[in-house]
Amino acid sequence: MDGIHDMGGMHGFGKVEPEQNEPVFHAVWEARCLALNRAMGVIGAWTIDEGRSGIEQLPPQVYLAHSYYGKWALRLENMVINRGLAGADEIAAGHALRPGKAVKRKLGVADVPHALTRGSFGRQAPAPARFKVGQRVRTKVIHPATHTRLPRYARGRIGTIEALRGCHVFPDSTAVGAGENPQWLYTVVFDGRELWGENTDPTLTVSIDAFEPYLEAA
Amino acid sequence: MTGGMFAMAHDHDHDDHDGHASELSEMQLRVRALETVLAEKGYIDPAALDVMIEAFETQIGPHNGARVVAKAWADPAFKRALIEDATKAVQSLGLINRVGDHLIAVENTPGLHNVIVCTLCSCYPWEVLGLPPIWYKAAPYRSRAVNDPRGVLADFGLKLPTDTQIRVWDSTAETRFIVLPMRPAGTEGWSEDKLATLVTRDCMIGTGLPKNPAEAA
Repeated sequence: MDGIHDMGGMHGFGKVEPEQNEPVFHAVWEARCLALNRAMGVIGAWTIDEGRSGIEQLPPQVYLAHSYYGKWALRLENMVINRGLAGADEIAAGHALRPGKAVKRKLGVADVPHALTRGSFGRQAPAPARFKVGQRVRTKVIHPATHTRLPRYARGRIGTIEALRGCHVFPDSTAVGAGENPQWLYTVVFDGRELWGENTDPTLTVSIDAFEPYLEAA
Repeated sequence: MTGGMFAMAHDHDHDDHDGHASELSEMQLRVRALETVLAEKGYIDPAALDVMIEAFETQIGPHNGARVVAKAWADPAFKRALIEDATKAVQSLGLINRVGDHLIAVENTPGLHNVIVCTLCSCYPWEVLGLPPIWYKAAPYRSRAVNDPRGVLADFGLKLPTDTQIRVWDSTAETRFIVLPMRPAGTEGWSEDKLATLVTRDCMIGTGLPKNPAEAA
């Protein structure tokens, strides 16, 4: 999706402003919001890619106007409602008005260590990898209206396969509920000038981790 | 205008002259309502959220990454293992939280400086660095790190030699990256614990360098 979230190379956002001695959370609701979102992932309400897609679907003016956890709260609310896990009327009332739906698993205190381990996305390879380390590849020019992890700035560019990272769940598929559809994942490195033009600092290289369907031989 | 412009499930009546304060109160209410409803529906247990939050506040943080870096500086065999397979190597340290798969350590050298970003969202090696700082998740860093990394580093007060190669790693998949910075000179014979005091969060993202031995406590 060519959304506002795809920020690489955009201008006009100003300086980076690090906060000295930044706390882990700036308010209690941020911590609750993070934990709620993670908990809903753990119980299998949606996959990580569906969740990211949920953030990306916030309108651009909303995305830019809200803080990080503010976006997470809006996403959580949207997804809970869209999946029928709770009604807008219940959230407005601040209380459940109907029984909950059956979920894959519940998250109790004993499950927290598991909830704090990032999932594994490596999968059995359905076919041999098409590309080799050192090979030149071109990223495809694609503009899916749905979730993708190929950033705009790196589409239609020639780069080099630097590493093969295994075969992974394909976000473009899982985000739309089309299954894991595992694909080989490669680190592809680009000269800065290939991405940004000939006046670019010649010392710059940029890599992305690209799924095989994003790539063609160059 | 901020905060109240996005009224989805219900309308809000408030003015938005103070965007931050209005988001704060609006979000407090929204998140509280969500938690109550989801708990009453039986999906989540607020006590489990408490435990999770406590882990993020007290156990999971850049002190874990600092241990990894200090050990790599002190122990060449561990460093080789870390570069070979960071998930496996970090797992062997027995940190409190288990490390997820696909962790990758990238090494700075005298001619090469690595910088980590996630232009699309906020991917970050939180098992070793904790939750990302706000700037890492915000538009200025995400937009500029890939096309003007030296400008971004200048925002952090970091100026590298003009002939140093800059490598930016955009975290576009479930791989996660941690920078292994160069060991500062003048630390010969230091213990791992003492070395770890030089390792800052930012030097493991690539937006900083380790502290000088003179700065160490």
